[in-house]
Amino acid sequence: MDDGTENIIVDTATRIFQDLCEPATINDAEKGVWPKALWDALEESGLPVAWVPDHLGGAGATMADGFAVLRVAGRFAVPAPLAETLIAGWLLTLAGVTVPSGPLTIAPVHADGHITLRGDGQLGGRARRVPFARNAGHIAVLAHRGNDHAVALVAATGLAISQAASLAGEPRDDVSFDGAVPAAVGPVPLDEDLLVSFGAAVRLQQMAGALEKILEQSVQHALDRSQFGRPIAKFQAIQHNLSILAGEVAAAGAAADTAAEACSGREINVGEVAIAKVRGGEAAGTGAAIAHQVHGAMGFTYEHSLHHATRRLWAWREEFGNETVWAQRLGRMVAARGADQLWPFITQGS
Amino acid sequence: MNFSFRFDPVELPPEAKELRREVRAFLRQEAEAGTYVPGDGKGSFSREFSRKVGAKGWIGMTWPKKYGGHERSHLERYVVTEEMLAARAPTRAHSTADRQSGPVILRYGQEEIKQKILPQIARGELCFCIGLSEPNSGSDVFAASTRATKTEGGWLVNGRKIWTSGAHHADYMIALLRTSPPTKENRRHGLTQFLVAMKTPGITIRPIINLTGGHDFNEVVFDDAFLPDSHLIGEVDMAWKQATDELAYERSGPDRWIETFPALVELVRRAGEEPSERLAEGIGREVAHLATLRRMSLSVAGMLQAGKTPSVEAAVVKDLGTNFEQALPDKVRLLAPQTGDSEPDSNDDRFEEALRYATLIAPKLTIQGGTREVLRGIIARGLGLR
Repeated sequence: MDDGTENIIVDTATRIFQDLCEPATINDAEKGVWPKALWDALEESGLPVAWVPDHLGGAGATMADGFAVLRVAGRFAVPAPLAETLIAGWLLTLAGVTVPSGPLTIAPVHADGHITLRGDGQLGGRARRVPFARNAGHIAVLAHRGNDHAVALVAATGLAISQAASLAGEPRDDVSFDGAVPAAVGPVPLDEDLLVSFGAAVRLQQMAGALEKILEQSVQHALDRSQFGRPIAKFQAIQHNLSILAGEVAAAGAAADTAAEACSGREINVGEVAIAKVRGGEAAGTGAAIAHQVHGAMGFTYEHSLHHATRRLWAWREEFGNETVWAQRLGRMVAARGADQLWPFITQGS
Repeated sequence: MNFSFRFDPVELPPEAKELRREVRAFLRQEAEAGTYVPGDGKGSFSREFSRKVGAKGWIGMTWPKKYGGHERSHLERYVVTEEMLAARAPTRAHSTADRQSGPVILRYGQEEIKQKILPQIARGELCFCIGLSEPNSGSDVFAASTRATKTEGGWLVNGRKIWTSGAHHADYMIALLRTSPPTKENRRHGLTQFLVAMKTPGITIRPIINLTGGHDFNEVVFDDAFLPDSHLIGEVDMAWKQATDELAYERSGPDRWIETFPALVELVRRAGEEPSERLAEGIGREVAHLATLRRMSLSVAGMLQAGKTPSVEAAVVKDLGTNFEQALPDKVRLLAPQTGDSEPDSNDDRFEEALRYATLIAPKLTIQGGTREVLRGIIARGLGLR
């Protein structure tokens, strides 16, 4: 159980979300209303640039702090590009580029993404399903430059953005970078694959937070809702389903921690990210199904807030590689090492 | 309110990593010497092996030195345990005593007994079994009716324990015995823990062969068996307070998710270096589950090290872990490339043996040490539902 020993950064984030991330704010955001008060408070607190050191315009927090904030953000279904701005800040910092204020996002978000930075200084290529592109002031673009990779900071104004949404109703826009001239460029020792791995670690924190939320909602609902003359929490079938949900929530939390650690060192450990995204993705599906079953018809309404978490879980498990993609990759990694190296592979992190 | 259970990450200290290397080297040496066959499904019984493990200082690792222990951390103990289990080393002569019986004696036993018994356990010389279940008391542990009646200088025991694993090998049992009837207010009242020497006159052990054809289970019959007063463990009638602590130790260890692991290892061997997409995906999914469970189980060891009693967290690990290890053989079966007569494969025997054993033991995994249903009840209580 939560022992309440979180740090000040997490406390700050929690307070802001409690005050300014109400269910109505989340519903309005889905209709296209920018959550200005929420974003302004976040920006004021420095949380979106937590992973950026002071000299590049950020708050200089640890990787662990940033990931912890993301978990709370997942709990509250924050309908703004906090995660994306954090990733962009991390990426720009790797490239030594000063981070601008305002909401940011990143591109591409798929391992086969291919945006090029040409010799004439112009970008070429497009990226599909860029999160919150329409809301971003700038986009941190991971681009091919010759045989290497560079990060190009691009102002969003002037880019051709075609709007689409995830099944959670969050902006996932297609963006063309053809002819765009970056405001700044820096080299990075990173490719699309590693950027996607990092993105998976970020989404896993949000998923773990959303799962914590639906467990809390489901337990509360079971205690409050009476049928057959007693709270449904008293029925063994409900108790067992909620126990399974609690197990999935715990596994997703452990998986998210695994991925966060794998992305906090000098090099990203892709095997650990794979383990985490497979397990976390499965937990999202199993967990959301149980939460809905416990909530009955009420949880299937737009009015009830359960869908703020469950629809995001269904969207997030698919982003930055779903369970199939990562499981195949993990399976190939294991097979290449051979049967007798399976146990050493599992124990390698510790 | 936050209902989520926390499994904080654990970083193993450098001494634990060094210890892992030592244990692997020891296990390699023993396998080469022919003491055991690595990966052999059964994880069998060898007093000789247990004495060697004791000589290494790897039994009773967390206990005080004055009782033969080694005052090392729960995390170091965890590393030793998981390496032994992953290799399927023959630890059964000491594993119960090391995991469960020793800690109970250490916590609640009388000084004389602690001084006599614990050093022997730590040397790998004593094998323990657990006397909980009875014909009419399975999941309902506190319904036990085997009686201990006070007599001059000790207690007389009459009744029957059943499903007692390894009783035929054991030197001692920790038994839960009825000393008073339950009270109206507390149906768990009236049971007491005792140390029972299995050679005591009046004890008869009868084998119960399980569906694998193996002899692990026993029925243990007590007919006026005499236990000296010194064998009383803890408070008379108050075992319900003591028995629940044990469970955090019993329920979160690697043995709760690793039992069918050899089947996965052999599947990887059969898959070869370049498996099909489907096979790679299947292996990847199982490895993801396994690695996450291990992390959670290690986290519970970290909680024990910090002096907590993570009973509910342990139940979560056991529920997830035993469901995983139980489902694994069927996943392996359906993923495995089928071989007929055309491609003789030297690994087939190992694969089939591992899968056969895993399939046969699967049903017991969600029953022993607390059924799935009991565990989910414990988790539900932890969630505040009951």
